[in-house]
Amino acid sequence: MAEPLLRASGVTKHFGGFYALDNVDLEVGQGERLGLIGPNGSGKTTLVNCITGTLRHDAGTVRFDGRDISQLPTHGRIRLGLARSFQIPKPFASMSVVDNLRVPLLYAASAHAGAARISERQSRDEAMAILREVGLEAKAEERSGGLTQVDMRKLELARAIAARPKLLISDEAMAGLSSSEVDDIIALLLKMKARGVAVIMIEHIMRAVMKFSERVAVLDAGKKIADGTPQEVVANPDVQRAYLGE
Amino acid sequence: MSNRRFALIALVVAIGIIAASLTIKNAYFFTAAYAVLVFVILSTAWNILGGYTGYVNFGVPAFFAIGAYTTVFLHQLLTAPLFVNVVAGTVMAGLAGLGVGYLTLRLRGVFFAIATLALAVVMLTFVVNWTYVGGARGAYVITPREVPFGMESWKHYLYVVMVLLATLATVVARMLERSTIGRGLAAIRDDELAAECAGVPTLRLKLLAATASGALMGMAGTTTPYFYAYVEPTSVFNLSYAVNSIAMPVIGGMTSWVGPLIGAVLLGTLQQIVQVTISSNLNLLITGLLLVLFVTLAPNGILGWVDAWKRRRKR
Repeated sequence: MAEPLLRASGVTKHFGGFYALDNVDLEVGQGERLGLIGPNGSGKTTLVNCITGTLRHDAGTVRFDGRDISQLPTHGRIRLGLARSFQIPKPFASMSVVDNLRVPLLYAASAHAGAARISERQSRDEAMAILREVGLEAKAEERSGGLTQVDMRKLELARAIAARPKLLISDEAMAGLSSSEVDDIIALLLKMKARGVAVIMIEHIMRAVMKFSERVAVLDAGKKIADGTPQEVVANPDVQRAYLGE
Repeated sequence: MSNRRFALIALVVAIGIIAASLTIKNAYFFTAAYAVLVFVILSTAWNILGGYTGYVNFGVPAFFAIGAYTTVFLHQLLTAPLFVNVVAGTVMAGLAGLGVGYLTLRLRGVFFAIATLALAVVMLTFVVNWTYVGGARGAYVITPREVPFGMESWKHYLYVVMVLLATLATVVARMLERSTIGRGLAAIRDDELAAECAGVPTLRLKLLAATASGALMGMAGTTTPYFYAYVEPTSVFNLSYAVNSIAMPVIGGMTSWVGPLIGAVLLGTLQQIVQVTISSNLNLLITGLLLVLFVTLAPNGILGWVDAWKRRRKR
């Protein structure tokens, strides 16, 4: 069997005596859409941090696209085709919106484009194309520090897309958005499928998770308690217990 | 504007400034202008790490001194010519920037600033105890009798050299700023974690900025021993180099190469005028007052102020 795009096995992370992640396995196939859910503090963001390298895990391995990336620094992993958005938007506040996207285009996308490195001019064109897709085109020249929360979240996703990833991790991109804005972002993430990009969606909004995911994994207190189709997971008694209590 | 075009224009401007200086007979002008030019280079250099990348370096005197003392050392050793000293001092300070960067750039914010402050103290102690370069007594660097290119005085000649070096520093700073590297540096300044997650090799770029910044600071120091003919630690390691090199970009504007240039020319000239007309002790007081004024009223410096004014006019 071909190796999945991402295979995290036995990932463990502890802060002192507190185990944020305890022996977690997670696989994502090429172009798969995975929903990652769990109550607050269950370790979802920590897992993302361990996969992208902003935190070093204490045990286990992370393999991506056929190689062990456990020892790579974050930017090295991003350059292989991982990308993430942040739960709390982190725009490059002094730059214009379009320039925000040119950073990952010139650094990350250019790195795995091989011989077809992206020039400064191309980066602008492609950045504008992505902004058109997410609906931020009209604000391309505005300073990103002054955007509204909704637009910042869109920018956060757009910047992840601009890295031309093979796997995009969206960390609560929809928290606090209205229902129609949630639909916008789901549509945007579904479009990634057409490009063959795998997506891990971390989300609390169950409507979005159910609509989007082909498969759902559930974390609770640092352990994976379920992994299956959305219907299976919702019917799982362990999951119901984690969310609703006994 | 392309880099080559800008470099060409900068060179033409520099030659214009040099040509104009040929008509000046007042020798004091060169002393004053030299001091301003030192600050043009220092603040441009400081801004590469401080303004573009967001890492505040208080160790300016250390790098400046590495340049000056490389000249002293090579002069003692083999009476090396000016050109050799300029190159050697620049390289040494660049290496120091790389080394210090490697040790300290993992620190963020205020911790980095403290580490660079410590560097200046360590370097001062080192030089004071190194008798070969004069130790605490200082060292003389006697310039030859004849001035190169048949110029009137060494001071005038060194002024010309400094105009060219300042031009070089400005061209390098602008080139860095407008390149892909410059985008990476700006990303680091805005949010280092987000930059790393956009594929920017943050440590490597910070080291590059520290090296370029240190090298240019050292370059500013290489001509100093010739100009004053005498070098001693307390003047080379003077705090005013650190304070001014930070204040000038802050006042001019830190996001672009023009900012430090404007800041250094304005503040530097003002200081020189005050020194002659009012008192030589008011220098740092003026710097301090202006710094407080700008940080509270126009935190983005003169450039930011101009930008805001342009935006208001557009509406």
